[in-house]
Amino acid sequence: MNTLRLALSLTAASLWYRRRALSLIGLTLTLSITLMLGIQYLRTEVRQSFTSTISGTDLIVGARSGQLNLLLYTVFHIGDATNNIRWSTYQALQNDARIDWLIPISLGDSYRGFRVVSTNDQFLARFRYGNDQPLSLTQGAWFNDLFDVVLGADVARRLGHQLDEQIVLSHGGGRTSFANHKDLPFRVSGILKPTGTPVDQAVYISLDAMEAMHVGWESGIALPGRVLSPTQARARDYTPTAITAVFLGLNQPIQTFAVQRELNQSTQEPLSAILPGVALSELWRMMGQFEQALLGISAFVVAISLIGLIAVFLTLQAQRQQEIAVLRATGASPGLIASLYSLECVGLSLASCLLALLLGMLGILALGPWLLEHYSLKIRLRPLRVDEWALLGAVPLAALAVSLLPAFATWRTGKQQSFQKPGL
Amino acid sequence: MNTEQEALKMPRLDQPLAIQTCNLAFRWPGQTAVLHFPDIALPQGQHLFLHGPSGSGKSSLLGLLAGMQRPISGSIKLLGCHLDTLSASARDRFRADHAGVIFQQFNLVPYLSAMANTLLPCRLSRLRKERSTTAPEQAAETLLTHLGITRDHWYRYVGQLSIGQQQRVAAARALIGAPELILADEPTSALDTDNRDRFLDLLLDLARERNSSVVFVSHDQALARHFDQRLNLEARP
Repeated sequence: MNTLRLALSLTAASLWYRRRALSLIGLTLTLSITLMLGIQYLRTEVRQSFTSTISGTDLIVGARSGQLNLLLYTVFHIGDATNNIRWSTYQALQNDARIDWLIPISLGDSYRGFRVVSTNDQFLARFRYGNDQPLSLTQGAWFNDLFDVVLGADVARRLGHQLDEQIVLSHGGGRTSFANHKDLPFRVSGILKPTGTPVDQAVYISLDAMEAMHVGWESGIALPGRVLSPTQARARDYTPTAITAVFLGLNQPIQTFAVQRELNQSTQEPLSAILPGVALSELWRMMGQFEQALLGISAFVVAISLIGLIAVFLTLQAQRQQEIAVLRATGASPGLIASLYSLECVGLSLASCLLALLLGMLGILALGPWLLEHYSLKIRLRPLRVDEWALLGAVPLAALAVSLLPAFATWRTGKQQSFQKPGL
Repeated sequence: MNTEQEALKMPRLDQPLAIQTCNLAFRWPGQTAVLHFPDIALPQGQHLFLHGPSGSGKSSLLGLLAGMQRPISGSIKLLGCHLDTLSASARDRFRADHAGVIFQQFNLVPYLSAMANTLLPCRLSRLRKERSTTAPEQAAETLLTHLGITRDHWYRYVGQLSIGQQQRVAAARALIGAPELILADEPTSALDTDNRDRFLDLLLDLARERNSSVVFVSHDQALARHFDQRLNLEARP
């Protein structure tokens, strides 16, 4: 017990005495641990953020295509629909007793690079993300009028739009469109609360508005004289002929697979029904390969730093012969002297781990808002998970393992220590 | 190898022997030359002057007396304990408890203060800690003061001290906890004459106060008069 206290106090004194020589390698170690821990932390956070993009929706139904494609264009607004589904199909779903709710969506137009999603009030009422969180508005109200538009949080923030501003939507996707629906401007009626999901990066109008905008656009461009003016548009009654996809929730989730199979085998129309959770995890598996590799690389960086640490200790060892001679002559055992090396290595790595934790915390606090703003990534400060602690704990253990090299060399030297002269 | 022992005083029988060696021989690992040493019988409290040219095995003998090496033959009895029969760790233990050591130079642990260096034996050995009548810190303060290390140097890194001061701190470390034996390997060779004499006087005085026996290695014959016994080792042929 006494020996351990002595060893610890000698270790602390020695590390402090050599702080200048050791500070650089300590910094290297700190940065590499920060990198590794940061990647592991972000992995968890990003996966969390990713898999909580949509929740509560049992099935997404669209025209026949692969499940990833359907997921990408309905949820992430990436890519285009292969085809539409008929309005009659939607009506048939509405009459299905097993189905609790439906959110129809219709895609195709854009607003300065952001997707236009035309839907109905079910979107606000039924759509869930994260841990079953509903959507809500920070300002204004959900669209009520034919020419009302609701903006996602990102859209409002980046373009600096306020309530009641007039905006003109564009035909088709893309940031710059040559075909604008300039005859039918929209009024911003509401702005959604940030969610950290693709919901923030779209604008929302009614299904009727989508139909109204496209009267006279049947050939893909506006035919002069055929497009409607706002007053004409209000006078008409719209029933869509087709929509892009439907999000649906069932009364009893246990029926999900049955309904899915039925829809996939529908003879009315070629449909695809997907389970968003399954599709999301498949998508994550594809991207997960990359972050696995990243974690592996960062572990290598830590290993290289530890090797650097040992190189520094082995270099210092040459200067420490005298100290070893003094300690041996005073009666310290070779084991005690060897343990100094291991303790110093572990001590330095523990200090680095602590600094890395602090650095990571500060980094998240500093970069969190920026990440949310630019990448819609919600990175919150949370206690480390077990696997992250394990990763962090592996560092001092690895340091202990590599320190056995100089410790053993010192033990041998100490064992053969002669009076005053360094060992053989 | 020829050896010669000059015993100025006969060992007093009422004093137990601090050192008693018999037919000591030693060989460095990997070498063929065998060193033979004359027998020593040093009563507790007396001092021994060990003299001889380089290579005569002075340091080797100190190594044997300190228990850092083991003889290939012969016996070493320190304070009535057969050192040559002890295991390596028991010899380390024995050294921590009963011996103070002073080297020629670089005597101190560079990352500890003068005070911490002085206290090192008390932290390695419970016996040394308990033997001093006062608290170890107080004993160290007394010793450092006696040896002329001023208070403002006590808590500084030893690298900031002069060589003479460093040697005196080493003497304080050797003396603390009143070990029965003090082994000094040319501790004055790096000092000028004034410093040398002052150092030797202080060391022997303080050792006498504590009834410690000093084994002092030097090539400087002029110092021999301070010692009760002298031992000359001759150069190897």
